[in-house]
Amino acid sequence: MKKILLILSLFLFSYKNAYGLITVDITRGNLDPLPIAVSPLHVDPKSEKLSIFETVKLGGEISKIVERNFKSTGLFNPLKKDAFVQKPDIAHLKPRFEDWRLIKAQALVTGKILIKDKKLKVEFRLWDLTAAKEMVALSFTTTPNNWRRVAHIISDKIYERLTGESGYFDTRIAYVSETGPKNQRIKKLAIMDQDGFNTKYLTLGNELVLTPRFNPTNQLVTYLSYFKNMPRVYLLDIETGIQEVVGAFPGMTFAPRFSPDGKKIIMSFAKDGNSDIYSMDLENRVVEQITKHPSIDTSPSYSPDGKYITFNSDRSGLQQIYVMRSDGTQVKRITHGAGLYGTPVWSPRGDLIAFTKVRKGRFYIGVMRSDGSGERLLTENFYQEAPSWSPNGRVLIFYRETKSDSKGKGFSAKLWSIDITGYNERRLKTETDASDPSWSSLLSK
Amino acid sequence: MRFNKAIKNLFIVLFSTLLISACSTAKKSVDTVDDVYTGTETVKYLAKGVPDRVFFATNKSKLTTASRDTLRKQATWMRKNKNVTVTIEGHADERGTREYNLALGERRANAAKDYLMTYGVSGKRIAVISYGKERPVNPANSPLAWSQNRRSVTVKAN
Repeated sequence: MKKILLILSLFLFSYKNAYGLITVDITRGNLDPLPIAVSPLHVDPKSEKLSIFETVKLGGEISKIVERNFKSTGLFNPLKKDAFVQKPDIAHLKPRFEDWRLIKAQALVTGKILIKDKKLKVEFRLWDLTAAKEMVALSFTTTPNNWRRVAHIISDKIYERLTGESGYFDTRIAYVSETGPKNQRIKKLAIMDQDGFNTKYLTLGNELVLTPRFNPTNQLVTYLSYFKNMPRVYLLDIETGIQEVVGAFPGMTFAPRFSPDGKKIIMSFAKDGNSDIYSMDLENRVVEQITKHPSIDTSPSYSPDGKYITFNSDRSGLQQIYVMRSDGTQVKRITHGAGLYGTPVWSPRGDLIAFTKVRKGRFYIGVMRSDGSGERLLTENFYQEAPSWSPNGRVLIFYRETKSDSKGKGFSAKLWSIDITGYNERRLKTETDASDPSWSSLLSK
Repeated sequence: MRFNKAIKNLFIVLFSTLLISACSTAKKSVDTVDDVYTGTETVKYLAKGVPDRVFFATNKSKLTTASRDTLRKQATWMRKNKNVTVTIEGHADERGTREYNLALGERRANAAKDYLMTYGVSGKRIAVISYGKERPVNPANSPLAWSQNRRSVTVKAN
């Protein structure tokens, strides 16, 4: 039945996006990845020399990043460069389509870069080799330090053109870096590019930090810190490093998340053994209590239109997922299956809620519609939780812990991602162990 | 006489093996009762005969008879030592989601705090903090370790 539904949605999708030119369907898995050739970008010999890298190698490096991005989607099959038939500069002017078709490529990316007046000028094109047509031609200028982002922006534009959906490559991931033995873990806030590069540590590890979450509209992060042994929600500006406590609560605040417009933080406040959900307006600092119930209410997440909130509560006796209006009225339980449900997160597209499910000692990451119907479990493991959506609502990132032995050895925590199709599960490289990932919005829109 | 002694020795040997086997089986079965840890392996003492911690069943914050007994001892000790202030640390095992466990740890710590208060300790002398699943006492992945980690620990704060 599931298969039929998938195929049905596939037809609907391709119908809607009947370009005539090649398209990549992302509503099913990696059954038939599109063969794509990413030519090294041609480096204009007039380019200035720079100290940060060898300019001549830059074109090749950028194309490698683009290839890695494409490969990570499971939707594309980047072809080996040693089979390439044309020089980058010539191919960029106009490819000999029939030659590229010989190596079974269906799409070709070409480009050219020039460094002049300490600016990096980039030009790239996407070619449909079957139809012998140019599909995308774009150019932009940036600072040379941004060269990795250049590759991500190119990847996004091409992904958008071929799938009809916005991309997610020019993005960052905030997470908690973990080191040390399991009973004395040192945790630091960290941030990296979506592909695992440019890792930066935002705290020193002197105090426990948990659950960083990106503001969807800017470079603020909200997280939980045990600074001075007082667990409170903080707000951190990644660019300036300035941070502050959110609200003046006389007890633990935790489980923070931004509203979709970035103007509010929603979180839990625990007092006298009871956790309820509160929001705080970041402009006027007005605090509003949203749930008032003697059970544990936590892990709140707004719908993209801001009208609803999903959260988990044990008011039924066991941890389950609920949806209510954002003023706290019309609370409705949406999970009724066997097992426990937690960490609901509303998709940026609005259609789905991702969650963690615990059943018979196993942990699942799944998605369901916002009324709780259509539950699909995407991955099962010994321990995993805390899904976070890619900005286009197509991929989930979460963390997974491995089982340790009787002395606690062999324990590890890693970041993983999976498409909401249930395909393309992969581990993200991080410098240290990692947990609590949060995916940023697209940096360039 | 000699024969008697031999019998006696045999009896002692038999009896001690019985005892040992009784101990080993008993040890297994008394480590947890109804999902709550009842052993003493991880327990420390605030004073002689005053255990520092109580244990909980999975996802629960209800105090058992044994827990209430421990907390009454803590209350008596605090009433005797009027200058002592404490922090109660609430903990959860690692088999639940992080945020829910933070709330659960807070609920467990407060269950202990409330009980101390009903036995005459002022709430002003008791701070609570939840560590959720962040500070396991036993890092192993086993039901025994998890039961030892589901705890609230009373720590002297001054």
